[in-house]
Amino acid sequence: MTEEKEGKKYTTISIPTPLAEKIKKRIEGTGFNSLSSYVTYVLREVISGIEEESEEAFSKEDEEKVKDRLRALGYLD
Amino acid sequence: MSKPHGGKLINRLVKKESSDLEELPKLEINTDLSEDVINISNGVFSPLEGFLYDNDLESVIKEKRLADDTPWTIPILLDFDKQDLKEVKEGDTILLTNKKNGLLAQLNIDEIYTYDKKSLAQAIYRTKDTDHPGVANVHNMKQLLIGGKITLLDSKIRQFDNYNLSPRETRFLFKEKGWREIVAFQTRNPPHIGHEYVQKTALTFVDGILINPIIGRKKVGDFKDEVILSSYEALMKHYYLKERAVMSILRTSMKYAGPREAIHHAIMRKNFGCTHFIVGRDHAGVGNYYGPYDAHEIFSEFPDLGIIPVFFRSFSRCTKCDSVVNDKICPHDQKYHINFSGKKIRELLTNGEIPSEDMMRKEVAETILKFDKPFVE
Repeated sequence: MTEEKEGKKYTTISIPTPLAEKIKKRIEGTGFNSLSSYVTYVLREVISGIEEESEEAFSKEDEEKVKDRLRALGYLD
Repeated sequence: MSKPHGGKLINRLVKKESSDLEELPKLEINTDLSEDVINISNGVFSPLEGFLYDNDLESVIKEKRLADDTPWTIPILLDFDKQDLKEVKEGDTILLTNKKNGLLAQLNIDEIYTYDKKSLAQAIYRTKDTDHPGVANVHNMKQLLIGGKITLLDSKIRQFDNYNLSPRETRFLFKEKGWREIVAFQTRNPPHIGHEYVQKTALTFVDGILINPIIGRKKVGDFKDEVILSSYEALMKHYYLKERAVMSILRTSMKYAGPREAIHHAIMRKNFGCTHFIVGRDHAGVGNYYGPYDAHEIFSEFPDLGIIPVFFRSFSRCTKCDSVVNDKICPHDQKYHINFSGKKIRELLTNGEIPSEDMMRKEVAETILKFDKPFVE
């Protein structure tokens, strides 16, 4: 289920009730004001650690160009 | 080394014959916007491929994130008035030009939209006070915004380009040097002993440091760009290992958005490949608009930022310890502490005097004094 909350789309995810209760206890007195904000925080942390990088590899020609420039500027010997 | 922000280092530089483009409508943009165009094109602002769309702007304002949830705190916007671009509509392609650079980039107009200056200023700068330079800039913006991807057509050789490395180049350099963990230090001033202490303390725990001065529009009384660069050259030559420290500039304007800008600064350094970013007291602040450590606290909102902030509190020289200290490591009373006052150092230099070596390295001071007029007038 997706709902619009303050202009941002949110969705509902089910987690076991005992886990939810544990989390509620854990976030008491912390900066997290809801179970959702805590779960969002943790998931963002987890996801960012496993996201793939899609960096283009340098071609041989580009690599030589970059190397030459860095050498000319004194960054590389 | 850090992954690029959003997972992909953007590269939007294409060489095209300008004769192919002559018929396209042109929009002249100022120097700050030109720098934004170049920073988008070479990946400093990755994952942005152009100026923000309406939904991204709304999300940046409300959530400090792009619409796809990627952390992003400072909107990169292209403003214009209707009379600047007559008879142009969504779907059209235009050219961005600049007085200094001439033809700069091609822009696909995907969206034209309106915005509310007051709510934009309040969200980004936490104030509506037009004495705040960032708020004043927002109020001087034009009435409409364009969202769309840009392609850089030309980037002329400019002053200080010998110190201007793109994220692709810094990443290559770090790899060649065998650095896996790199800390970035941002600066707008020549280095005093306190700066050196912060840089070397951070460097102790990583493989290398990127000293990354911001070059661009400055206020009257600020040190000139060439003075900052020369003074760092002197410091690095005499007091840093060549295999552990490099300097490269970042061309962008200061927004003075305090905590939000600290996140933005960290993202740009992540794109250069840095894994750590030094955040000092009142980072990117101005006047009393932000608390001294607001720029530290905001990082707790971003578990997915992908660059580690290294927080420093204010530091001073303790005459009892006979070293540079901060409030976490020195037990002595304030009366023993001498603050590194930028104002005092400036006054001495203005009078042609060399500050004490407790404050600034002699080689740095002498380099500054070689300039007839070291300050922006």
